[in-house]
Amino acid sequence: MNMIQAINSAMDVMMARDPGVIVMGEDVGYFGGVFRATAGLQAKYGKTRVFDTPITEIGIIGVSIGMGAYGLRPVPEIQFADYIYPALDQLVSEAARLRYRSDGEFTAPITVRSPFGGGIFGGQTHSQSPEGIFTHVSGLKTVIPSTPYDAKGLLIAAIEDNDPTIFFEPKRIYNGPFNGNWDAPAANWSKHPAGEVPTGYYKIPLGKAAVVRSGEAVTMLAYGTMVHVCLQVVADTGIDAEIIDLRTLVPLDIEAIEESVKKTGRCLIVHEATRTGGFGAELSALVQERCFYHLEAPVERVTGFDTPYPHSLEWAYFPGPVRIGMALKKILKD
Amino acid sequence: MADAARSNLPPLALHVPEPKYRPGDTVDFSDVEVPPAGSARRPDTAEDARNFTDLVYTMVRVLDDENRAVGPWDPKLSPDTLRRMLRHMATVRAFDERMFRAQRQGKTSFYMKSMGEEAVAVPQAYALDADDMCFPSYRQQGLLIARGCPMVDMMNQIYSNRGDKLQGKQLPIMYSEKRFGFFSISGNLATQYPQAVGWAMASASRGDTRIAATWCGEGSTAEGDFHSALTFATVYRAPVIFNVVNNQWAISSFSGFAGAEATTFAARAVGYGIAGLRVDGNDALAVYAATLWAAERARTNAGPTLIEHFTYRAEGHSTSDDPTQYRSAGEPTAWPLGDPIRRLKDHLITLGEWSEERQAAMDKDVADEVKAAQKEAEKNGILGHGLLQSLDTLFDGVFEEMPWHLREQRAQMLAEETESGRPWDRKK
Ligand SMILES: Cc1ncc(C[n+]2csc(CCOP(=O)(O)OP(=O)(O)O)c2C)c(N)n1
Repeated sequence: MNMIQAINSAMDVMMARDPGVIVMGEDVGYFGGVFRATAGLQAKYGKTRVFDTPITEIGIIGVSIGMGAYGLRPVPEIQFADYIYPALDQLVSEAARLRYRSDGEFTAPITVRSPFGGGIFGGQTHSQSPEGIFTHVSGLKTVIPSTPYDAKGLLIAAIEDNDPTIFFEPKRIYNGPFNGNWDAPAANWSKHPAGEVPTGYYKIPLGKAAVVRSGEAVTMLAYGTMVHVCLQVVADTGIDAEIIDLRTLVPLDIEAIEESVKKTGRCLIVHEATRTGGFGAELSALVQERCFYHLEAPVERVTGFDTPYPHSLEWAYFPGPVRIGMALKKILKD
Repeated sequence: MADAARSNLPPLALHVPEPKYRPGDTVDFSDVEVPPAGSARRPDTAEDARNFTDLVYTMVRVLDDENRAVGPWDPKLSPDTLRRMLRHMATVRAFDERMFRAQRQGKTSFYMKSMGEEAVAVPQAYALDADDMCFPSYRQQGLLIARGCPMVDMMNQIYSNRGDKLQGKQLPIMYSEKRFGFFSISGNLATQYPQAVGWAMASASRGDTRIAATWCGEGSTAEGDFHSALTFATVYRAPVIFNVVNNQWAISSFSGFAGAEATTFAARAVGYGIAGLRVDGNDALAVYAATLWAAERARTNAGPTLIEHFTYRAEGHSTSDDPTQYRSAGEPTAWPLGDPIRRLKDHLITLGEWSEERQAAMDKDVADEVKAAQKEAEKNGILGHGLLQSLDTLFDGVFEEMPWHLREQRAQMLAEETESGRPWDRKK
């Protein structure tokens, strides 16, 4: 399966198991979503459980919160993460705090799915990585898969979770793993072990990272598309790096991070989002707070630049193998 | 600056709305259109909303100048029901009085009265079923009182004391009372609007029989949430009642800043194809009748209704507000729709079912009840006494299960407290 099929399968499995699971969003019903992630679900589960919505993100999230408070488990789709900003208040002030402010009387067990990230020539409005905005908010969970297998298992866990979850889907790797070499032929999930996805129910717990490559020289912390770019860098440079796919940013698997950095003594953080105030800053602070005496070099970050996402200069912006490779060499210099 | 080359064109002018009266002005509300009681027609609840758009520009009124109930909207309630309603409205006012004073005495940080608007929430609680879900704003304490929420519980919340089941996590009056079908109040205006629609849609999709109702002020209708909610509601014909409480003022901004100079708030319904009613919000019978009508519409899958309650906020916005700074002191008394409690009382007297003596006795009774509740609540402490919650509840309820970073922060907080030697309570 590719990642879209895996995500579709997760919703399918959960809709079959729990009549409270509702899928809604712009174009998700009859058409099955602009990325086809919800294809076939309406035909199977009916249009009162899978339906198109008006184009009002604040409405989609506000309505989902009310449905969640009623006792359903809505899985709203925001067509692109770039359009989640109109809904920000409902996510930040409402979904994230409902449990806390009502002392558990009301909760918002919603899973907001949204394709995010660049590398698809989407320009400023189809490429952003806004995860740092959500990790900054108490009461939200943030999940980002990097393979079809993980996407399904994590999405099932998110839907079952009783807290509001933002599920960002790295759209660059919907159809195949992308190693950052933009002029290379497209890869395909069918040739990747993580493209083998069971059709039934399984889940991957939130808050557990995956060591996708073990190594001794340096720890690379990444998620989403960047996991695959990091793998490419290791292949290109032959550096014996340990690559950790965080999978969920909140809750974060701090143990996996600490264990690895204490072993390697070096840490490189990689994400597509802009640098200043990004999640990499949080990771860097955590590593230096907890592993300072094990560090043999300053913690480095490779990120997108602090500009809006450009259209034509996309590959200059995108943290590709060259930028990551330079940072790795810098870390390993002394 | 305007260019000489185009000086033959008349200069454009920016219109900035201005309320008619400011502090010191003499108030004259004779231009406020108040149609005669009984003059608005009452369409069948199955009627297409397009067929009665005139009702968004007039006003549904039942109580006339002689305190009689007249016209097609007269709900013909029994004297017993009217007396109970009157008592609940008086209780809200007495509760407000007490809690306002408690704030002034430093017993809590904040309070918001609904003085002058008691005929909005209380009669609506009577018109809705007890298990219909309310998504209120902060001035609908009448729903809780009329639905029988113990006043002690409400006061515990206001005092953020040991008896506050929200553990002091919310600003005073931001109740959450699921057992009384009362959704957790948010301080972010209008956010409850789409949430109510979602709840109503969920109820409909489950084949449930319960409907939802939500409230916001006229100022809040300018928020995007309001418009998103109306769009969703009309698209899916959600069984929901939208209430816009037009009390003329949004803190110091008069209703003109939400668009009142151009149209009514009930007319917002027209563009969405939603049923709209404009109601005399100081007429308990009209509010009751309109709500019952809207509830029947929702319950029979005829869709949502927007009700504008035309009323007046007789006191400050909150305990932090001084209305004499921005509006004429004469407004509350000059308000042409009168006092809602007095109107209902006079109606009962006209019916021969009540008297000034009985009213006075009831007022005293109600005041004693509130006072007794306050005494009871204060046994659990008042906010002015400092920290009343056990310290380690601070981190409860952020998530269903506490992740490591919150456990660490909690441990840090407890270590800090131990270090400081402050003897604060702990849960266990
Ligand atoms: C989103 C948001 N913006 C601003 C405020 C600050 N605020 C609190 S109440 C209020 C006025 C609301 O007026 P209205 O909706 O007419 O309701 P009323 O208080 O008159 O009942 C404002 C601006 C807020 N709480 N939330």
